[in-house]
Amino acid sequence: MRFGIAVFPGTWSDRDCAHAVKLSGNEPVMLWHKDHDLRGVDCVILPGGFAYGDYLRAGAVARFAPLMQSVSEFAGNGGLVWGICNGFQILCEAHLLPGALTRNSSLQFRCEATWLRVENADTAFTDGCGLGSVLQVPVSHGEGRFVADEATLDALEAEQRVVFRYVRRDGSPAGDASPNGSMRDIAGIVNTNRNVLGMMPHPERACEPMLGSSDGAVLFANVANALRRNGTLQAAAAS
Amino acid sequence: MTGVELVAPTDAELTEVALTRTEYVHLATSLGREPNRLELGIVGALWSEHCSYKTSKPLLRSLPTKGPGVLQGPGENAGAVDIGNGLACVFKIESHNHPSAIEPYQGAATGVGGILRDIFTMGARPVALLDSLRFGPLEEPHQRHLFDGVVAGIGGYGNCIGVPTVGGELYFDESYRTNCLVNAMCVGVVEQRRMLLATARGPGNLVLLVGADTGRDGIHGASFASVVLDASSAARRPAVQVGNPFLEKCLMEACLELAGDPRVIAMQDLGAAGLCGSTAELAHRGGCGIEIDVARASRRETGMTPYEVMLSESQERMLIVAEPGDIPALQAVFERWDLHSDVVGVIRADPRFIVRDGSDQVCDLPLDLLVDGAPPREAPGPRPVRGSAVGTALPAAPGWSAATALLHLLGSPNLGSRAPVYRRYDHQVGDATVVLPGGDAAVVRVDGTPIGLALATDGNARYVALDARHGAMIAVCEAARNVVATGARPVAVTNCLNFANPEQAAVWWDLHDAIEGIGEACRSLEIPVVSGNVSLYNDTGGAGIDPTVVIGMVGVVDDVTLRCTAGFGTEGDGIALVGPLGAELGGSEYQRLESGSNQGPPPALDIDLERRVHSFVLDAIRARLLRSAHDCAEGGIAVAIAESCLMGDIGADIALDGASDAEGLIGREAGILFGESQSRFLISFAREALVRLHELAGRHSVPLRDIGSVGGKRLRVTGLIDLPLSELRQVHEGALIERE
Repeated sequence: MRFGIAVFPGTWSDRDCAHAVKLSGNEPVMLWHKDHDLRGVDCVILPGGFAYGDYLRAGAVARFAPLMQSVSEFAGNGGLVWGICNGFQILCEAHLLPGALTRNSSLQFRCEATWLRVENADTAFTDGCGLGSVLQVPVSHGEGRFVADEATLDALEAEQRVVFRYVRRDGSPAGDASPNGSMRDIAGIVNTNRNVLGMMPHPERACEPMLGSSDGAVLFANVANALRRNGTLQAAAAS
Repeated sequence: MTGVELVAPTDAELTEVALTRTEYVHLATSLGREPNRLELGIVGALWSEHCSYKTSKPLLRSLPTKGPGVLQGPGENAGAVDIGNGLACVFKIESHNHPSAIEPYQGAATGVGGILRDIFTMGARPVALLDSLRFGPLEEPHQRHLFDGVVAGIGGYGNCIGVPTVGGELYFDESYRTNCLVNAMCVGVVEQRRMLLATARGPGNLVLLVGADTGRDGIHGASFASVVLDASSAARRPAVQVGNPFLEKCLMEACLELAGDPRVIAMQDLGAAGLCGSTAELAHRGGCGIEIDVARASRRETGMTPYEVMLSESQERMLIVAEPGDIPALQAVFERWDLHSDVVGVIRADPRFIVRDGSDQVCDLPLDLLVDGAPPREAPGPRPVRGSAVGTALPAAPGWSAATALLHLLGSPNLGSRAPVYRRYDHQVGDATVVLPGGDAAVVRVDGTPIGLALATDGNARYVALDARHGAMIAVCEAARNVVATGARPVAVTNCLNFANPEQAAVWWDLHDAIEGIGEACRSLEIPVVSGNVSLYNDTGGAGIDPTVVIGMVGVVDDVTLRCTAGFGTEGDGIALVGPLGAELGGSEYQRLESGSNQGPPPALDIDLERRVHSFVLDAIRARLLRSAHDCAEGGIAVAIAESCLMGDIGADIALDGASDAEGLIGREAGILFGESQSRFLISFAREALVRLHELAGRHSVPLRDIGSVGGKRLRVTGLIDLPLSELRQVHEGALIERE
């Protein structure tokens, strides 16, 4: 499958995402921020970094990039869009996902291992993960505290759109082990159609035992499998 | 020249440009005329200690800079060594002490930005950053402010640009109270055939200035870094630059696209002394001349004088030399990254440094005089006589408890967990950090090869203060040990020499001796010095820092799957001490905490034993005999054992009284537990490896002493210490946390 990887000026997880995509046996396709053309990719990753420097508010400028217009249309048509770290921030700014990502409650940048409980295993991104399983995936951000109003949070929970929640290594509630103080320990959410995922942790940094965890690899495999299934279905429908 | 009045400058004017009257007379005599004010400012910047190394250059010549793997020694923007697979590792360490003391966030941030540019200027993609930091006592609010600001600044720049900060070191000591030290090291990797140099050639070739517009920030930065700080230093805040890591990220990516491009004749970043320093060095290296028109440089503000444009240290700027016909294509590469560029100059055949402001010529200096003409500084006086080292016995007071002393050490700012610092740095971007910060050295694997780079900085200034030559040798050995503990062969060194006012004889001689010590250790261990930096005048109102030698070490792990870490692994494993048991407390952290002093002879060093110990540990790791290896450093054996327990989250049972030789334990407990004897590693291993390890140690003539076993959740040293890991962890992790 061809994974599009957005490159904004200031993006730095593009190369790591490409590495993880290759490890999963798929093809990375770099997408330049000034272009509208998605080059026929099967899904789009918005990687981590500081797009346009993020001097205003993380993701606030990137949402206006020419590429983002195409990404929004792609998502509107049901295409899989996966925002990681800065990508999640951009998706919230672009209103493809609800809520916002604010300064960590520690007021400091955090780069460390976190543990994520899979809260919904019924999305294209997570259907190879067991419901309730715990993945070790590192974070690296200064503005990752997910916030939303109570009604939005309740709706996210009711619609099972909270996909990942920070927990302790043993799966118990994160409490003060949360890396950023996110409301309800939310680490990742999907949109109502479940084709757009935003998450703060970096699965592309957790695809090999040598890097401390390979738990992230399953997410890349899940996406490829989902695309393959869709492709098969579409081909069947077309015949 | 037009409209430039030539009158001898006043003392105040000379002070402003950090020139002495003697230097001024030398300049005017060499020129055969009075220089104008612009020329004076330019010479002041390039003859500053920071740019000219006028004090240290004669001394640095003794360092070993050659070796079979050296691709580029000192003289370019950074050094480079062959790491096999057609690749070069490009690296350098540099200080940003003076700016950080005044404005810690921007001072540290732009230190990181500057060292990054030194690396990608050579076409190498930066793969790791390290930072060596020194502050005054952490309990003091101002020191906490500096420490927080510096850490935030390093993170602010490194995290944004996406280069992992994987290591470094951090010490707190009274001697840094008014002069903190911020040394930043960057390591990059490039295909050898794509390496770029900063050597201009070809008269008529054009000079392109790329990146940030030029503003008034950082004027006199180089001169500022070359004088002692005083009460007026806060007013120097305008001499501190402001960083824009986003712009640098774009500049880096654009420059890396041009690595290996034959159209790029030379690439040179703008650092100390701005446009003036970079253009002069670029031309001087190539033996040609250069002419700059300041009117062509885009400015951030209006009304800037030629003087300000030439001396501005605005960050995130780069110079490219190329043939006129290639300029538009190169500009297009930068424009894709939304980077502005101006043709600001031309290469000349005659070795002159000419500055124009439109049609006016405002400066004309011989390049040799400008770059190499600073009169070298001689020793300011004879070697001062030092008192002989006094004894260091710290007899255990009645009621002394080894356990309490261990907790005290582990919970002290110098030995406590560094996690509160490195978790604020992105240390994993790049998907390459295979040994994370927190151990002896970080290891970054090299994409497309089986190898890893082991990286560490080290330098215990307490030893250097006691004996500069000896302490500097220990700094080299200690840094080498850090990389050896991961299974890496040390391949090259960069160094940062931070000293007080070299116009004082004691400081000058310490510098002299320390450089000799580095040279001797590097020659003995066959590790060349390929780059470095000297920071002098770390002195405020007569209070100078301890002589601080920081060694940046690069090692190569030939097969990164065989890398070793410092944490104990498996229940039942054996634990052994490689090297002497020792009981030397001179200059130790224990001495600092128990007596507040720094005295006695520093630990002895047998450089031949050091070499053999490295060979033994490397052979043992390559033969897969070790489960862990940890350098025994500050805090001695007891702290090393505790650290290996904490990193592995498993306890240990240790017995030190089984010594079969004449070294008794009674009465020497503190020395044996906390003494800092050199050339030592703490290793652990599966029991099956025991016999082979002893055979190997015999072959290398290295002392190997079995001292215990791994297991449980407590650290026990028979008769002396019995503590739960949870208690050790609590004090260790809390050492740097601000108490409310």
